[in-house]
Amino acid sequence: MLDELFTLVLEHLAMVAMATLTATLCGVSGGILLTRRAGWRPALLGFAGVMQTVPSLALFGFLIPLCGIGRGTAVVALVLYALLPVMRNTLAGILSVDAAVRESALAMGMSEWQILREVELPLAARTILAGVRVATVTTIGTATIAAAIGAGGLGVFIFRGIASVDTGQILLGAVPAAAMALIADAILGWFERRWATPAPTRT
Amino acid sequence: MTPVVEFHEVSFRAGGCEILRRLSFEIHAGETLALLGRSGSGKTTALRMVNALVTPTSGEVRVEGRATTAWPPRELRRRIGYVIQETGLFPHFTVRANIGLVPRLAGWDPARIEARSRELLQALELRPDDFLDRYPAQLSGGQQQRVGVARALAADPDLLLFDEPFGKLDPVTRAEAQRQFLRVTRALGKTALFVTHDLREALLVADRIGLMHEGVLAWIGPAGDFLGAEHAEARRFRQSLDPADA
Repeated sequence: MLDELFTLVLEHLAMVAMATLTATLCGVSGGILLTRRAGWRPALLGFAGVMQTVPSLALFGFLIPLCGIGRGTAVVALVLYALLPVMRNTLAGILSVDAAVRESALAMGMSEWQILREVELPLAARTILAGVRVATVTTIGTATIAAAIGAGGLGVFIFRGIASVDTGQILLGAVPAAAMALIADAILGWFERRWATPAPTRT
Repeated sequence: MTPVVEFHEVSFRAGGCEILRRLSFEIHAGETLALLGRSGSGKTTALRMVNALVTPTSGEVRVEGRATTAWPPRELRRRIGYVIQETGLFPHFTVRANIGLVPRLAGWDPARIEARSRELLQALELRPDDFLDRYPAQLSGGQQQRVGVARALAADPDLLLFDEPFGKLDPVTRAEAQRQFLRVTRALGKTALFVTHDLREALLVADRIGLMHEGVLAWIGPAGDFLGAEHAEARRFRQSLDPADA
């Protein structure tokens, strides 16, 4: 039992890590792109928004004909879910950078790339991290459903518990998942405060 | 000698509005030209054309004899100091990093940047040891503005652009800032374009005044002659000095 718990926790972690890392990469790049291409905002944000409204079980189901069953499909679905908060927060964070700051960066001869790296991303970091935190916490929860399409993870206990009307089994899946979400929330929250605190209060 | 800045028949339209109409003037080496005008008279748009933040719809702006459109934009901008009312200091950079930015982009070595930053702070009456490690939010408005000036001067540009730099300061701090401006530009022989809506400020800082009115250069001449200028808008600005005299 303990062995199985350990294996499933690891599976769950691997799935969540892959999904949130991919969603962060795609979401941040997408968000940056949207700051430069205002015309694409309705389409991309709309797409990510619609993805979030599809019930997760249905989304897993829809993907089976496209990607088959198993971990890969589950990760694709989780990425689609996690995309919106990251992309939206990246866009909001960069757009909230003071126009005068951006303009003086340009007027001092910084390139678009330098402005992004040295000015916009650092100033938006806190908002972006907040989006990543939301994405991670929801992904940990949603990933339990992935067991329904054979992706493993803590959902295995939950589905087995439901099938055999065994509350103990359900809790064995649910409690570690909840704990994982709380821990992830705490760790990312700590980073958010430490890394992305606006500089003045640091001294 | 080629003027440092030349506006040649410069017009600018945006959204169906004519913002500047056939603007022509020159700024010569070592002089300060104030563009005076009300809000919306087009003076800021004109200033932003000098460092290619705005491109003329027609006509040409030349810097050191070369059209702004022919300069590589970043090279042009790094040669020009830029100070705006909102300062635009990077909130996540210390004073040291803010001032050192342009020299760093230009590839100066750190020791030289440090020495230059200290020298500039000293010239602007901010003690380097007290200020270099602070963040902009830890400075008063006047101190932020002085750091903004130091940043603009950091890489020693010959040409400086000032857009209402002291507009948000209280009158006493403002007078100090104007005095420092004069000392710095005169002593260093800088060429400056200074945009303001305050005639008193224009008279104080400028060698020549250009009066902007509804997108047109209504009058231009030595600052001392402005008090005798015939244009109606010039008269209105003079009345603003002493409302009781109207």
